[in-house]
Amino acid sequence: MRHLLLSLLMLLAAPAFAQDLASVLDANRDQIERPSRQTIAPVIEALAAAGPQAGAVLEAWADRRLGLAGDRFVIVRGDEALDAVTGAPVPGEVRVLRPNSGVRGVIGAALVQFQLNDPEPSRRAAALDAIARRPDATHLAALRAAAADPDPALAARKARLERLLTIRFDPDPRARIAAIEGFSGDTGADLQAVLNPLLATTRIAAPAIPEGANVAAELVPGEDIPEDEAYRLLVDAGLAPARLAPDAQKQALAAHVAEGAVGGVPVSELSDPARRDAAYDALADAGLVPPAATAAEAEAALASHRFADIYAEPDPGITDAARRALKAMALREGVQQAADLTLDALSLASIYFLAAIGLAITFGVMGVINMAHGEFIMMGAYTGYVVQTLIADRTLSLVVALPAAFAVTFLAGVVLYRLVIRHLVKRPLETLLATFGISIALQQIAKNIFGTQARPLTAPAWLEGSVGFGEIVSISTIRVAIFVLALLFLCLFLWIMKRTRLGLEVRAVTQNPGMAASMGINPDRIAMLTFGLGSGIAGIAGVAIGLFAKVTSELGSDYIVQSFMTVVVGGVGNIWGTLAGAALIGFLQKGIEVMNPANTLAAQTWMILLIIIFIQFRPRGIMPTRGRAAEA
Amino acid sequence: MTALLEVSGVTKSFDGFRAINNLSFSIGAAELRAVIGPNGAGKTTFMDIVTGKTRPDRGQVLWGERSQSLLKMSEAQIARAGIGRKFQRPTVFEDQSVADNLTMALKAPRGPFAVLRWKPSGASAARVAALAGEVGLADRLTRKAGELSHGQKQWLEIGMLLAQEPRLLLVDEPAAGMTLAEREQTTTLLRRLAETRAVVVVEHDMDFVRRLDCKVTVLHQGAVLAEGSLDHVSANPEVIDVYLGR
Amino acid sequence: MLIRKHPSAMVFLALLAIFTIAVTLMSEAYGSGLVPTSTVKTLGKTLCLALAAVAMDLVWGYAGILSLGHMAFFALGGYMIGMWLMYARTGEIVAATLANAPIPPTPDELRQGITGQIFGVVGSADLPLTWSFAGSLPAQLVLVLAVPGLLAFLFGWLAFRSRVNGVYLSILTQAMTLALSLWLFQNDNGFRGNNGLSGLQNIPGLTDVPQSVISIWFLWASALLLAGGYLLATWLTAGKFGSVIRAIRDDETRVRFLGYPVEGYKLTVFTISAMICAAAGALYYPQAGIINPAELAPIASVYLAVWVAIGGRGRLYGAVIGAVVVSLLSSWFTGGRAPDLDLGFYRVAWVNWWQVLLGLGFVAVTLFAPRGLSSLVDALAGLRPPRRMGTDLGPDVGALREKEAEA
Repeated sequence: MRHLLLSLLMLLAAPAFAQDLASVLDANRDQIERPSRQTIAPVIEALAAAGPQAGAVLEAWADRRLGLAGDRFVIVRGDEALDAVTGAPVPGEVRVLRPNSGVRGVIGAALVQFQLNDPEPSRRAAALDAIARRPDATHLAALRAAAADPDPALAARKARLERLLTIRFDPDPRARIAAIEGFSGDTGADLQAVLNPLLATTRIAAPAIPEGANVAAELVPGEDIPEDEAYRLLVDAGLAPARLAPDAQKQALAAHVAEGAVGGVPVSELSDPARRDAAYDALADAGLVPPAATAAEAEAALASHRFADIYAEPDPGITDAARRALKAMALREGVQQAADLTLDALSLASIYFLAAIGLAITFGVMGVINMAHGEFIMMGAYTGYVVQTLIADRTLSLVVALPAAFAVTFLAGVVLYRLVIRHLVKRPLETLLATFGISIALQQIAKNIFGTQARPLTAPAWLEGSVGFGEIVSISTIRVAIFVLALLFLCLFLWIMKRTRLGLEVRAVTQNPGMAASMGINPDRIAMLTFGLGSGIAGIAGVAIGLFAKVTSELGSDYIVQSFMTVVVGGVGNIWGTLAGAALIGFLQKGIEVMNPANTLAAQTWMILLIIIFIQFRPRGIMPTRGRAAEA
Repeated sequence: MTALLEVSGVTKSFDGFRAINNLSFSIGAAELRAVIGPNGAGKTTFMDIVTGKTRPDRGQVLWGERSQSLLKMSEAQIARAGIGRKFQRPTVFEDQSVADNLTMALKAPRGPFAVLRWKPSGASAARVAALAGEVGLADRLTRKAGELSHGQKQWLEIGMLLAQEPRLLLVDEPAAGMTLAEREQTTTLLRRLAETRAVVVVEHDMDFVRRLDCKVTVLHQGAVLAEGSLDHVSANPEVIDVYLGR
Repeated sequence: MLIRKHPSAMVFLALLAIFTIAVTLMSEAYGSGLVPTSTVKTLGKTLCLALAAVAMDLVWGYAGILSLGHMAFFALGGYMIGMWLMYARTGEIVAATLANAPIPPTPDELRQGITGQIFGVVGSADLPLTWSFAGSLPAQLVLVLAVPGLLAFLFGWLAFRSRVNGVYLSILTQAMTLALSLWLFQNDNGFRGNNGLSGLQNIPGLTDVPQSVISIWFLWASALLLAGGYLLATWLTAGKFGSVIRAIRDDETRVRFLGYPVEGYKLTVFTISAMICAAAGALYYPQAGIINPAELAPIASVYLAVWVAIGGRGRLYGAVIGAVVVSLLSSWFTGGRAPDLDLGFYRVAWVNWWQVLLGLGFVAVTLFAPRGLSSLVDALAGLRPPRRMGTDLGPDVGALREKEAEA
């Protein structure tokens, strides 16, 4: 209703303005025909004040659609030309005006107020975008003058923009402070972009701090600012003479070498800095070089001047408000980032858990260290790759790849057990070395078959993209899927161990193989199945890891040390320990990365060091095997 | 007579199971003592605590004239203080010769650098030969310990214990797996040793304990049930209850 | 005395001397030129690796500590000597360039020049604190032993004190070398990141001596060091000390009840072995010419264990045999000199298949000859393991088992 009324009003007012528009156009014909950036501003202002019809004229002008047909201004629209004032079609030849980009910029700024009142919402949105992109003081008035926007979303944007511009351009400091404080609780990037420049400082050196300057911090040479740098400020400000740089001294000396000596000092002695100074002083005394500033003079110059960082913004009230606002903002962002980090760490922990769970089964249940575990992960990943080359559909290939990888690595594990590990029972260190031999052989075989370049294992489309919570917190879908997979395996493992015959037998063999054997359980068969199960899970972990990492023959060895750490830190023979170990390592790694984001190498170094120290205090891991047997 | 070893109020639990429950025990400087008790009475845990292998939850273990606490010391320190332990099954170093085994056990400075400087001397060789003679292995000095029979290993281990010259000897079931003649020999040896030092024998075999003819301590559920001569304790109705399960 | 009690050491030293003289007489510098300089370098390096293997055997074969991080000490020794080599050599070059300037350089300018040359690649202009002694050969020679020794001491003290052993300890040593290599990989830690130290084959002050001569000198030095290290290891393992550490390997608990401070022994052996390794590394890398953090990768240390296992642990010559055979075979196969094997349907290129052969061969040795190649020596000498007719060896898991004793 209000909108309608407004349009009606504008229609009624149109004739009066139109008169104006015509006269303005006539009065400034020459300027409009050949505009120059320096002088066009008053003309455009006059045009802008000439009523709503002028908006169309300005817009056409900016778009190079305003022309002259004879002596009448026309707006070109498609094939026809319309009179700029009356809107009537004008026949005849049209000469289109071509204002340069500078002029078009000025026109664009003036246009904003028209666009803000445009009945078309998309054009109003475009106007807001334009203001946000390149705000200036005139926009503030335009925003305030513009009629209330009927679209609530646009109205909100406009109000926000008005407040942001108030912070920057309002002449009244109280209004600016109020605007800053009105934003409390906001972390928008646009707000930061407005607040940060308010706190920009320049570093000055002067005999005294200028009157009325908004001082951010006064600097004491040697404490807040290195003396060299302070002196350089003095030199730059023309307040002190430049010091003699060693290079300049050397050049000056070299220029005055005469008969193997400079200023009476033999050249061979000039490797001593003190002798160099002596030679230079001799030259200076002879008037051959300008005298250098001495250390005492430099010190006196530093002492007699003051150094400070000065805000460009003169009003301390505003800088204080901006600083408070930014501080609060940093705190809130910190909380959000912590949440983001927690999710990141959780997904990393899931990966370690997946990679380590198979190892934990073989190591914990059988006391066997399988150095080839990493290569089983790699085999799983390559199985996924091969399946994908055979089945085009990504989802289907993934569904096939998981059991296929399990089958392949289960078999490999059983074969490894039958051929090697079975013969090395009770010799853990030799098992470690033998499986290491297997590991290097498998790695090289993979290299020979698949080459050294990385093979892609592409996730189906529904796994790409990310799940978001709030503005900053987002986590890629693959990682969520891996988290779910890790949970699934935890449940599967618990189910097998607690609810099935196999689990019962495995636990029996773990606790007392001799007794289990006399109860009719074949420990050898159980060990073989356990080993196969652990290897099979490694294969599935390989597919999961391959989805977000490149599949290479070294894929396994990238994860093996972390996997071992997970098992060792968690404590042997306890799935919950492995879970805790994975969580600890995942969170530790992410946590250290945050403290030093640029340097992931340092993060890993620190993590390993922390783990070595951790083992000192809990040699048997977070969840050790308890009881009498563990004491021995 | 002051006690050489004094155990007082010691308690140790494994996962809620009290293996040792407020145990107190003491032995003099030259005394032979037999510790008996049914399975699970805490005999082995008691020895583990004295030798430092297991730390008790509560209680005191005091040693020697100066009443040193053993709880702060490591196994090696306790051994150096003069407590020797003979395991139930013989543990000797199979890969090394009988002479090497005995030389290692000889009383001498135990630190790594002292051992590096150590050189065999006429005296040490004579001592090793004498010990080997005492345990009947004089003609096997150069053989690897792994080549000995089970009984010979038992004797080698006893020889190693003697070489350590301990002031307290803890012996775990010495009679197990021995022939009648060997038992006789062992009994004699233990009684002779007890003339100059304290000897604690943990044993199941009542007959063997009777031969030892010494004071007996009966353990039950981690605590001392009775103490005295064998005849005295075997007349004790509680002991009979425990052993016969009535 | 030592030699008389250990004839194998005598034989070993004699063979080493014969080998060194033979290579010298066939070298380009002092003899017929039958052996090219590159081969002399390979042989010299192999001697250093053999010494590292002896050190490894000391901790693993004798004391039973399977350290999978020993190459960290080897490389650290190399880094320490490499710092001097690079600094002094760069110093010579910088001095030579600055000598042409009209004004002689100050020590400070010289240092600036050297720093710029060495650390320009990692974008640093200051000499790191770790290089404070790089200008002094004696200081760096002390550091060759001191730094790895200290690291081993600290690590060992922490690990043994809390009674971490067996597989746990092995994993922990892997972590140690991984952490150290990651640390060295960082550009801002003053060791030139992944560029490592290079140009180490140029010995300062010996610019005019050709590489063919230097390589022979290094061969002699390596042979001398190996002989010294071998004798030291023989002495350590021969007497009562050797007896104790072997006892620790077989049954740690029992040794404790004998009153020996087991942790102290382990720490002593570990530290000495680390220092031997470091000395070997300090001679190896000038012959290799370059060192970078990849040398500390966990896998390198596992290879060291592999050599000792293949050669036969628990005997010093076994370690030497393993290191020499495997590393020479390895360089022969990977150097592309081994002829390809034509199976008709597939052509086996050894460059690609050597790793597979090594891995499987290693498994075979572990399974069928746990005493390694040196068990051949036993067979010749008629030494037989004790026959116990299947009786049990001891109550503890740590005790020597029937299987192991048999082997």
